[in-house]
Amino acid sequence: MMRSAALLLASCLLAFAAHAQPTADTSRIVTLGGSVTEIVYALGAGSHVVGVDASSLYPEAATEKPSVGYFRRLPAEGVLSLDPSLVLALEGTGPPTVLDQLRSAGVRTELIENEPTVEGTTRKIRRIAGLLGREAQADSLIQEMEAALAEARSLRQRATSSPRVLFIYARGSGTMNVAGTGTSAEAMIELAGAKNAVSGFEGFKPMSAEAVASAEPEVILMLTRGLESIGGVDGLLEQPGITLTPAGENQRIVAMDDLLLLGFGPRLGTAVKQLTEKLHPELDPASSSASRQ
Amino acid sequence: MSMRVQHQRRARLVLGGLVALLLGAVGASLALGAVTITPGQVLAILGEQVGLALPWAYETRQELVLTVIRLPRVLLAISVGGGLAVSGAVMQGLFRNPLADPGLIGVSSGASLAAVVTIVLGSTVLGAWSDTLGAFLLPAAAFAGGVVATLVVYRLATRNGQTSVTTMLLAGIAINALAGAGTGLMIFIADDDQLRDLTFWTLGSLGGATWTQLAVVGPCLLGGMLAAPLLARPLNALLLGESEARHLGIRTERVKRLVVLLAAGVVGAAVAVSGIIGFVGLVVPHLLRLAVGPDHRVLIPGSAILGSTLLLGADLLARTIVAPAELPIGIVTALVGAPFFLWLLLRDRQRGVGYSF
Repeated sequence: MMRSAALLLASCLLAFAAHAQPTADTSRIVTLGGSVTEIVYALGAGSHVVGVDASSLYPEAATEKPSVGYFRRLPAEGVLSLDPSLVLALEGTGPPTVLDQLRSAGVRTELIENEPTVEGTTRKIRRIAGLLGREAQADSLIQEMEAALAEARSLRQRATSSPRVLFIYARGSGTMNVAGTGTSAEAMIELAGAKNAVSGFEGFKPMSAEAVASAEPEVILMLTRGLESIGGVDGLLEQPGITLTPAGENQRIVAMDDLLLLGFGPRLGTAVKQLTEKLHPELDPASSSASRQ
Repeated sequence: MSMRVQHQRRARLVLGGLVALLLGAVGASLALGAVTITPGQVLAILGEQVGLALPWAYETRQELVLTVIRLPRVLLAISVGGGLAVSGAVMQGLFRNPLADPGLIGVSSGASLAAVVTIVLGSTVLGAWSDTLGAFLLPAAAFAGGVVATLVVYRLATRNGQTSVTTMLLAGIAINALAGAGTGLMIFIADDDQLRDLTFWTLGSLGGATWTQLAVVGPCLLGGMLAAPLLARPLNALLLGESEARHLGIRTERVKRLVVLLAAGVVGAAVAVSGIIGFVGLVVPHLLRLAVGPDHRVLIPGSAILGSTLLLGADLLARTIVAPAELPIGIVTALVGAPFFLWLLLRDRQRGVGYSF
């Protein structure tokens, strides 16, 4: 009883403190960057969104809004034609001259920092909520996320394995890259209690068959659309080197949605939980006995 | 004599028509776009800038869109389109080859390499400064890259003060291949965002047009366009062959140097602000040659006007057909230019005349 009262008081104080920050005119918002759009919708401000970028694919409702195209190549006039009162743009949105043009046309344009960690995601949500004046919604959103993360953590503690995971980023069989250190994919793999099978380089690099085989991944992780682009699991197994890996041999291929896995948005907790379950089959007694021959 | 008069009349007619087309394209480009601004409002906003009060009411945002975004963009399209087409015309004249375009002597690939290096390594080398400098660094690097590559090609083809056009062509191919390898290396080390940035850069765009940019490259582009007609007579003489031109008193080496300098400066500046925009330099001089014949005195100014008009039209398409998003302009010019070019080739083959200069 005391605790919940204290919590209530604390959140009131927090909301009050946050209110001191200048909130923006939120009547017409343009959101740029998949996770920014997702957060704005999750905070319940979706009805104010008048335009999105091409990467804003969740929730469904966002895909029905006018799209201004790729967020690193914004058309200034296109954005202005939506008559926005506020532009929320993920870090990396550009070109910088276009952002300047938007500001000089009197549109409040805010860049949202993007860091692929749990703390970074919390900050991202709080920042957007502060601008929208929706701190209370942010509190419950973050609580939900942390509850899911806690569930994932307890799953991880029960897990007995720590598989080596290779993340393959594909857009058709001609372009297949693997994730090295410092990538958002590696961050997710580690949050799910597994290890990145690749450690020799930073960022994404084109994959060579021998390099893949020598990385000896036990699981291959891909984006759903990427796996589809090379013809599903069968298509992946036909790629050079894949069948030489333990993952290919045992057909342990995990695919997850782009924005869910790498977006670091409000569904981060759910994503980590799902990935933890998929990477540790021993957590599910039925499937683990089935997969062992 | 009467034949000549007829020729001149035709040329004047064509040039007059082109100017009218250009004016139409400017009008359409100012009045059309993602943000609605009526022709009356365009006039009122433009009038306001020079202190003229006109009866059409407009909003501040419309004024800002027109003066901050659309107007510099229209002027940039005119200078880039005209510059590319004029460079194409003088290059085709120098090489006496209808397939010549400024890319042949390394301008585009040199500029590409420098731009790609800036995109990929810029943030590592410059750290936090790259965002502030980025807006200026990329164009400056692209311009320098284009000019340097061209000068290298020119030097390679010059021996004892004599420049061999054939060697220049071959050296151009080699330098293009080298620059391509460098670009490939950068693509290899690029991350996903950079990869997309440079893909878009190679497709071209006039989207980043600002007054500052225009003030920097405008003089370069306009200067080149205004200087090009001075090359008309020497290029006409060169059509007869190099030694014939020399006998007519043309200082051919100087002409070559001027053509190369002009193409490098103009195309370098164009690529610097708008990325790679294909086909304008190749197709525009062709079209005009069909209409007015090979006389460079008409061909060069005509190319400037038609190039401007075509790029304005292409940019108008690029920014309106998928509004509020925007297509890269290189897609539009190639999509329209390539089939047209094929049609020209096939038509001439059917006629059995081939290309005559």
